[in-house]
Amino acid sequence: MTDITVVDSSRFLQSILDAADRGWRIVSYFGIPAQTVVQLICVLANKAEGQLAVTRTETRDDHFPSISSLCTQAQLFEREIAEQCGLVFDDHPWFKPVRFHHSFVPERDAWNRPADEPIRAGVMNYFQVAGDEVHEVAVGPVHAGIIEPGHFRFQCHGEEVFHLEISLGYQHRGIESDLIGGPHKRTLQVMETAAGDTTIGHGQAYCMVMEALGGIKVPPRAEVLRGIALELERLANHTGDLGAIAGDVGYLPTSSFCGRLRGEFLNMTAVLCGSRFGRGFLTPGGTIFDLTHGHCDDLRKRLTEARRDLTNAVELLWNTPSVMGRLEGTGQLTHELGLELGLVGPAARACGIKRDVRQDYPFGIFRMTHLPVATSFHGDVCARTMIRWQEAQKSMDFIEEQLRQLPGGGHRVETLPCAGRHLAVALTEGWRGEICHVAVTDEAGQFDRYKIVDPSFHNWQGLAMALRGQQISDFPLCNKSFNLSYCGFDL
Amino acid sequence: MIRAIVSRIMQGHRTMPYPASPLQMPERFRGYPAAASLARAIEHLSDSTRCPYDAITMTDGGCLDLGKCLFCAECPAGNIEFTSDHRLAVTQRDHLLVKPGSDRKHAQPLSSDLRRIFGRSLKFREVSAGGCNACEADTNVLTTIGWDLGRFGIQFVASPRHADGLWVTGPVTENMVKALITTYEAIPTPKIVVASGACAINGGPYIDSPRVSNGVDSIIPVDLYIPGCPPHPATILDGLLRILDKIR
Repeated sequence: MTDITVVDSSRFLQSILDAADRGWRIVSYFGIPAQTVVQLICVLANKAEGQLAVTRTETRDDHFPSISSLCTQAQLFEREIAEQCGLVFDDHPWFKPVRFHHSFVPERDAWNRPADEPIRAGVMNYFQVAGDEVHEVAVGPVHAGIIEPGHFRFQCHGEEVFHLEISLGYQHRGIESDLIGGPHKRTLQVMETAAGDTTIGHGQAYCMVMEALGGIKVPPRAEVLRGIALELERLANHTGDLGAIAGDVGYLPTSSFCGRLRGEFLNMTAVLCGSRFGRGFLTPGGTIFDLTHGHCDDLRKRLTEARRDLTNAVELLWNTPSVMGRLEGTGQLTHELGLELGLVGPAARACGIKRDVRQDYPFGIFRMTHLPVATSFHGDVCARTMIRWQEAQKSMDFIEEQLRQLPGGGHRVETLPCAGRHLAVALTEGWRGEICHVAVTDEAGQFDRYKIVDPSFHNWQGLAMALRGQQISDFPLCNKSFNLSYCGFDL
Repeated sequence: MIRAIVSRIMQGHRTMPYPASPLQMPERFRGYPAAASLARAIEHLSDSTRCPYDAITMTDGGCLDLGKCLFCAECPAGNIEFTSDHRLAVTQRDHLLVKPGSDRKHAQPLSSDLRRIFGRSLKFREVSAGGCNACEADTNVLTTIGWDLGRFGIQFVASPRHADGLWVTGPVTENMVKALITTYEAIPTPKIVVASGACAINGGPYIDSPRVSNGVDSIIPVDLYIPGCPPHPATILDGLLRILDKIR
C-alpha cells in the first residue's frame, strides 16, 4: 500500500481521464471513509496489455471535483463515494443517492440529511420529460414475478419510452460497512450471498483476495474444481435466461424445457458440494470438497444428457420466425455506447466489445486453458441471447474436458493471516461479467476497506439506455436479456 | 411448428413423481442434523467453537436453532453432521430449536377453516426483501415442469389482491419494510405468511446487521418457516404439502 504514491487530486483525476482516453477502463473507484481525510482509490484496467493500475489521492475537503461529464463510466462510482463517504462531487450531472442509506461516517452526508432521520428509498428527483402527451409510468419496488425489488420510472410518449430511470437500494444489507475491520467469521457466507446467484463468482474473488493477502498458492486441483464450479454457475444461469427470454416473447416450449434444464445444472453443482448454488464449496486456500472418479463420471453423464436436451431446446428459438422477429432489433445498444458506459459481460460482448476476464486477466485454471470469447455486433436482445448460448456451449466443452483430466494432488492448503498495509485486487468473470473485489488492509491485516463491484454496477445504465425509443411493452424482454442483479448492486 | 412437436416428444414427460415416491437428494446435501454429532457439539461448545450466527447455544441445556443455521459445509461449532433429510419446515418458530434426543417436529396442517378455503387453491404473492436471489430462484423452480407446483393448486400470482398469502425471502432490509407491510395489507384476509430461507426466518448471514430486521416475524406474523440457505425446493414443497395436509 505504501508503494502506491498519494498524488494530489488534480493529478489523480487527470490520470484517470487520460487513461480513459487511451482505452483504459475504471474497474473500481472508491473512498476509504474517514472523519477528516478521505482517501480515494481508483483501479483501472487496460485490456490490450492485460495491465491493471492503481492510483490514489487524499482529500480533507468535503467537496471533490466530478469527472462524470468527461468520463461517463465514473458517474455511478462518484455517486457511490458521495453516499458512503459524505463527499460532494461538484458539477456532477446526476448527483443522487445510489442505495439510500446513511453515510459510513456519522455527521458527513453529501446531501445534508440529518443522521437521526430515516432515509426513504426511491425518494429523489427523477429525470422528467415535460409535454402534453408525455406520461410517466412507475413500476416497483415489488414486481409481478418472483424477483428482487427495484424501482423503474419510464417517461413515455404513448407506447414509446423516451427515458427510463432506475432507482435501486431496496436490497441494501450494509455488506461493505460491515466488512470494515474484517475478515470476520461470517465473511465467507456474506460473500457467497452478496449476489446469491453468483455464489462461486463472488466467492472465488474473495478467496483470491485472501490468498493474495496471505501470500499462498492454491493447488492446481483446486483451481480446476473452482473452474468447473464457475462454469456450472454460468451454465445454470444462462440456461435459465434463455428459457426466460423465450417465455417473455411467449414461446413456451423453450421456456419450459430450459426451466427444467437449469435445475439439471444446479443439481450438478449440488454434486460438488450439496448446495445447488455452490454454497460451501469454496474456501480461501482451495475448495472444501473434492471430486472422486465416481463423481466425475456421474457429472459427465449428466452433462451429456443436459447438453443434448439444451441444444434441442435452444435450436428451436433460431428456427422460429415469430421468436426471431421479437428478438432482432429490440433494445439495441451501439458499440460506442457500450464502451462509453463501460459495460461488461455478455451485454458488452453482444455489442462487439471483446471483454472477458477469463481471457484478458486470466485467473485460476483460465491461465492454463483458454476459453474462446464469443462476441456479436448488433447489441440487441437477439445478440445477448445468442451470446448466452455460445458461452454455454463453450462452458460445457470446458467442463467436459476438465472432468477428464483432473490434476492429482490436494485440493486445499492452509491459509495464512492477511498481510498488513496491503492492497489486493481480484478479478473474476461471473456469468454476468466482471466481478472486482479490492481489499485494503491496516497494520494488523484487517480490512480498512473491502470494495465489491458486481457486474450489474456497470450494466444497469446499459439497460436504461437500451430502452430509449423502445415500446414500453418490450421492457420485460429487454430486462431479461440483461438479467442484472439487484442485491449485487445494492450490497 | 413440427420442430416444436418433435422436441416436445424428445424432451419427454419430466414432472417428478414426488410425493408419491421419495426424492433422491444429492449425496452431499445438508439437511436435518445428526443427533449424535449435535450432542457432541453441545458438550464441547466453547468460545472458540462459537457459531458466528449463534445457531448453537446453551439455551435450554443446549440446542441448535435451524432458523439461524446456514448448514455450513464446515460447521464452525464442532462440525455438526447433517443428514440428507430435507424435511425441515415447521409452523412454529420454537419448533426449529433442535435438542439432542428431542422429538422431530414437522409443519402442522392449517386449521380446517383455512384448509377449506385454501385446500385446493392457494395463491401467493412473493416479496423479496433483501434476498440474494438464491431463495427466489429456488422458489421459482417449483413452478417449472419438473416440480409443477400447479398440480397441488399452489401458484404465485402477480398481485397481492389475487393472493391468499405472502411469501417472503430475505432478512427484510430497512428499505423494504414499508413495501413489505403495504403488500401484506393489500392481501385480503384470511391470509397466511411464509418465511422462506434463513434470512427471512432470522436474518441469515446478515443477522444483527444494523441495515436489516432479523427476519419477517419481527414485522408480521409468520405461519410457515422454511429453513435453509437457500432451502432446497424439496424442503419448500414438503412444508407446503404439510400445511395443506397433503402429506403427513
